[in-house]
Amino acid sequence: MADARKGSLVSEIVTANRLVDGVVVFQDARGGWAEEFARAAVHADAAALQAALAEAAEAVARSLIVDPYAVAVEWRNGHYAPKALREAIRASGPTVRRDLGKQAEGKAPVFALNASVESPHVSL
Amino acid sequence: MYRYDEFDAAFVSARVEQFRGQVARRLAGDLTEDQFRPHRLMNGLYLQLHAYMLRIAIPYGALASRQMRKLADIARKYDRGYGHFTTRQNLQFNWPALRDVPDILAELASVEMHAIQTSGNCIRNVTADHYAGVAADEIADPRPYAEILRQWSSLHPEFSFLPRKFKIAVNGASHDRAVIRAHDIGLQLVRNGKGELGFAVYVGGGLGRTPFIGRKVREFLPESDLLAYADAILRVYNLEGRRDNKFKARIKILLHEKGLAGLRDAVEAEFAARDGAGLTLPAEEIARIDAYFAPPPLEAKKPASDRVERRRGKDAQFSKFFQSNVTPHKTPGYAIVTISLKPIGGAPGDASADQMDAVADLAEDYSHDELRVSHEQNLILPHVALDDLNAVYDRLASVGLATPNAGLISDIIACPGLDYCALATARSIPIAQRLSERFGDGARARAIGPLKIKISGCINACGHHHVGHIGILGLERAGEETYQVTLGGSGDENASIGQIVGPGFSSETIVEAVETVVETYMAQRQGPEEDFLAAFRRVGIAPFKEALYERSAGADI
Repeated sequence: MADARKGSLVSEIVTANRLVDGVVVFQDARGGWAEEFARAAVHADAAALQAALAEAAEAVARSLIVDPYAVAVEWRNGHYAPKALREAIRASGPTVRRDLGKQAEGKAPVFALNASVESPHVSL
Repeated sequence: MYRYDEFDAAFVSARVEQFRGQVARRLAGDLTEDQFRPHRLMNGLYLQLHAYMLRIAIPYGALASRQMRKLADIARKYDRGYGHFTTRQNLQFNWPALRDVPDILAELASVEMHAIQTSGNCIRNVTADHYAGVAADEIADPRPYAEILRQWSSLHPEFSFLPRKFKIAVNGASHDRAVIRAHDIGLQLVRNGKGELGFAVYVGGGLGRTPFIGRKVREFLPESDLLAYADAILRVYNLEGRRDNKFKARIKILLHEKGLAGLRDAVEAEFAARDGAGLTLPAEEIARIDAYFAPPPLEAKKPASDRVERRRGKDAQFSKFFQSNVTPHKTPGYAIVTISLKPIGGAPGDASADQMDAVADLAEDYSHDELRVSHEQNLILPHVALDDLNAVYDRLASVGLATPNAGLISDIIACPGLDYCALATARSIPIAQRLSERFGDGARARAIGPLKIKISGCINACGHHHVGHIGILGLERAGEETYQVTLGGSGDENASIGQIVGPGFSSETIVEAVETVVETYMAQRQGPEEDFLAAFRRVGIAPFKEALYERSAGADI
């Protein structure tokens, strides 16, 4: 994770889907689009986020990605992870199919899904 | 089954090539996403939580073996080795790449399939009773009429940009297995006093955030007026349906605002003014389409099979399967076999490519090459000779498809929910998995009797929770999944919208809450013959509320 201010309450990353195949991607520190959540650039202030979203809009115009948006992340046990369950699932894969999605390819965030989600038989 | 004629084949192929061009222009940057989105949606291609999702039409749920095999091939070649059968009798692939979709559509076209109008504000895939043509209680086969509606509505220029999506279902038996009263138009085949065939026409049913049960606008519509009357309904809706607010754009809201008499008068006036508009169905055209659905030549046999009876006596698991998954066929000596896609602990409606191939083989070997998809997310072998049941069962068991729970509490409808869907607010599948593990398919499930649990992961209600005997709606509250329970819903000929029982339950407590509902029913019922819905309608919601919120500490109030 680049340029991160650890522990910030308002940290955000930018995510999108890759146009050609729909794969979930994350904007990295150089403005590229990575499949791994861990390579996402974390923005701790509004100005940096706006700049990142402006860059994402250019990637949309160049037909690389679709539907970019900002996702809130939080610092947990030494790693960033999406705050919302929806985004944790999106960054990892279906909780009911661990053999599919980023979680099956070593590209999911560490601790994206808390212990209870890891086992669908225990509540959130 | 219906077979494409030259016009159909040319039409679908042209459509594939048109979309191929649109995808090429999109990838080259000549189309923006805003320009492209309506095109991809009209071809059933969504962008979901993890990837694109392709929804393939299975008209009125009817599939031939070669079509099922093609779906298996596509699952392996272009997707992740499985597919998801939906409550609209469709199939969804969850992981296709945009660049591959034109090739997928071309492969589908080679077996007379497509994804046209599985999305968008148009007339969607027409659904029907999954026992069509074989049910013992059938008045007439609904499939010819569903096919006529499909041909008429495909790329209909006037009805391709409606205020909102529009769903039609046709039911041919006295028992409604097609949930027609939860559709924009529900058609029930009936005979009038003279013995003539026609339809009782219901309008304005729908689930989603504002659920309504459809209202009857016509007691008897002659079959020749099917398209002319549907045209009149659609024209009134297209003109008067709201376009200012998509949450109020369905015909159910128009019916609610105009009242039944107001809408009926408008439809009848339009119908009379158009005087058929060239849409009156000639008897010979109905007969022509009807012929595609002629039943296979089945030789009547003994109504019971000795070998099946012997096995029932010594194989408890087979006996359970026979009891719940085998339904009488209208021809003596044959059965309708329901293949449950609800394995205990599994994801409702999912089938692997290998399972699809196995089912295709079974249909070819034992069911005259015919398969059905039910809106309850199961598969049907419609024409199995009773003497073949042992073999069919053994082959189903060998691929994990012999779960003996059709119609029981673990035969749960669930939408993909937050595990896949971009619109979802909570997960559905894990709740279905935990409930099926709790209640199983054994003695307990059988003691409980017929009970339909339906789960939706958001207010859009793809999991039909409003018409579940027990409905579960997954919502998000303060970042947590929460599950609202409704009781007493029903999607059959005595349709009703379930009543919200009270405050929602957490993911942790929802299974216990359902357990409490079931225990309350078991304590209240007058005997095993009084099923959950009948008991609920007799005692009302109060005992359930009391059990859930006054005696139980499980509620997340």
